[in-house]
Amino acid sequence: MSGEPLLSVEQLQTHFRTPDGVNRAVDGVSFHVYAGETLAIVGESGCGKSVTAMSILRLIPEPPGKIAGKINFLGRDLLTLSDREMRKIRGNEISMIFQEPMTSLNPVLTVGRQIGETLRLHQGLSSAAAEQKAIEMLTLVGIPSPETRVKDYPHQLSGGMRQRVMIAIALACNPKLLIADEPTTALDVTIQAQILDLMRDLKHRVGAAIVLITHDLGVVAEVAERVVVMYAGRKVEEARVADLFANPRHPYTQGLLGAVPKLGSSLTGETTRLSEIPGLVPSLKNKIQGCVFAGRCFMATEVCHTIAPALELKAEGHAAACHYAPVEAVAA
Amino acid sequence: MSTPLLQVDDLKKHFPIRGGLFGTVTGQVHAVDGISFSIAKGETLSLVGESGCGKSTVGRAVLQLFPITAGQVVLDGQRIDTLSASSMRPLRQRMQVVFQDPFSSLNPRMRVRDILAEPIRNFGIAKDAADLEARLARLMDTVRLPRDAINRWPHEFSGGQRQRIGIARALAAEPDLIVCDEAVSALDVSVKAQIVNLLQDLQKELGLAMLFISHDLAIVEHMTHRVAVMYLGKIVEVAGKRSLFSAPMHPYTEALLSAVPVPIPGQARTRKILTGDVPSPINPPKGCRFHTRCPYAFDRCRVDEPELRPTGEGHIAACHLHDLPRAQNPLLNAVAA
Repeated sequence: MSGEPLLSVEQLQTHFRTPDGVNRAVDGVSFHVYAGETLAIVGESGCGKSVTAMSILRLIPEPPGKIAGKINFLGRDLLTLSDREMRKIRGNEISMIFQEPMTSLNPVLTVGRQIGETLRLHQGLSSAAAEQKAIEMLTLVGIPSPETRVKDYPHQLSGGMRQRVMIAIALACNPKLLIADEPTTALDVTIQAQILDLMRDLKHRVGAAIVLITHDLGVVAEVAERVVVMYAGRKVEEARVADLFANPRHPYTQGLLGAVPKLGSSLTGETTRLSEIPGLVPSLKNKIQGCVFAGRCFMATEVCHTIAPALELKAEGHAAACHYAPVEAVAA
Repeated sequence: MSTPLLQVDDLKKHFPIRGGLFGTVTGQVHAVDGISFSIAKGETLSLVGESGCGKSTVGRAVLQLFPITAGQVVLDGQRIDTLSASSMRPLRQRMQVVFQDPFSSLNPRMRVRDILAEPIRNFGIAKDAADLEARLARLMDTVRLPRDAINRWPHEFSGGQRQRIGIARALAAEPDLIVCDEAVSALDVSVKAQIVNLLQDLQKELGLAMLFISHDLAIVEHMTHRVAVMYLGKIVEVAGKRSLFSAPMHPYTEALLSAVPVPIPGQARTRKILTGDVPSPINPPKGCRFHTRCPYAFDRCRVDEPELRPTGEGHIAACHLHDLPRAQNPLLNAVAA
């Protein structure tokens, strides 16, 4: 891939001050997203993936939070913008889909009003025109009889429909970047399949880049092009999706992939034990010496506990932060 | 075949909806609407389905946590749904439960020791104080927790460790059957694997029967012997796991399996995406309950409710498609293709 990335995050640090010390939720994470690309950020709860997403849109309350680093979006550093300029970007050029469709919609406004809000604000549409556009958006996300649904309140819709409304709101202003934070986690599998299909379809039609935050490796395999794996506030591996699944280089990623049972395991007779990652995620309130994963890693040695491994290219387009990750010759 | 450990016949559980000034009953939620299944000693039966299909209600009905509307529950040859609360009590020792949320299912004001000792004391299992201590230590070993953690409080543990405490509590009563109600759903991937392995080991070591309620098909396939698929208060298919995962005999099962994202990138799959949402269990559709979303539904499905009938060795399904000639049955042809 070449050209300027749409979004590039450099050395992002989001720390929270808490009564018992500083919580380093995100500690020096860098990545970039090209226009029209889907990047997945995977990791377990508490690894900082959601905080990363919120930091991009500056949705972290400061204080107690503190964001440092650079977030370049179309040539501007979002961290240096005023609140007023930032508001022009949110919901317009960058929009976000949240996990909980139950709690992220306003219960006392009709869905039409909520979709129209961004349009009135950013594009200065009249109420009537905004409602017309809201109906178009509902049609786009596949809600049946949109003319009547536009007047519904969120409680009148099912979980899957509410998530469709969230997507409609996010896409209303044709954003260049869509951040989806666990968009299907709260949904049933058959509804999840509908929503993932919709997101894929809309991506082709709308052409927005997507940053997909998820813990579900199955979802990653189906929709992402590139993957960033996070652990304890750091990025531990980044690769194209096929490379990551075929050839994970960081022991954490390897453990994660082995810990997921695959559908169809009983047919191939692969009902072996799941691989476990022993131990627990370290507390982010203490400064971690050396590799963040060393305490749970089966191949950790002396050096892992003292020197933090740098994120290095281990093969073309495949970076991992591990002293022992196998290296392939990178074509110059 | 010997008597199954648990036998459930035509179980129904309806919840009344009250409304209006005087709280009159205005309708019924048909949470579970006539299901039957059995679990043999040492067997794992999984109950799968989407939210609202009634799978948790089945678990609670089996445990007699509320009176059932109709049907019967038979534990080891003894009918238990008609028993009084006091005669039920001793039988509760034989059936224990592990809940989904390890944060709300442990009393925050009790130390681990007291949480685990409670069932042992209730059922008078321990002979004396020394026996109790020995049992507590063994329980901690069984669930792979350090023995010295027994004097700590629930909040001092992580989610996975709490779930281990929940499992230890269930094991304390030395039950024959454990109901796991989404016991691993709230856990992170790496911790989930630890608990899944633990449950599998325990089942092998202790010969427990398990009713494993889950929506996660990959985990179910990994854990179970047999699977029952529920949709809107009914069981639509029961089969051994191999048979179910290789050749589903109900269109809902087929769609459910194809909807699961598989962690293998680039794998081209012809996905069967169901349209629409699950209908309300207050007014379930007439005929086959799945006909509103079924890609193969025909006229008969809208009027006539299919019954569970054998479609193969140890495999039953409720679908009219199996009455059609073989060549016209899309489920069988999908298997052949």
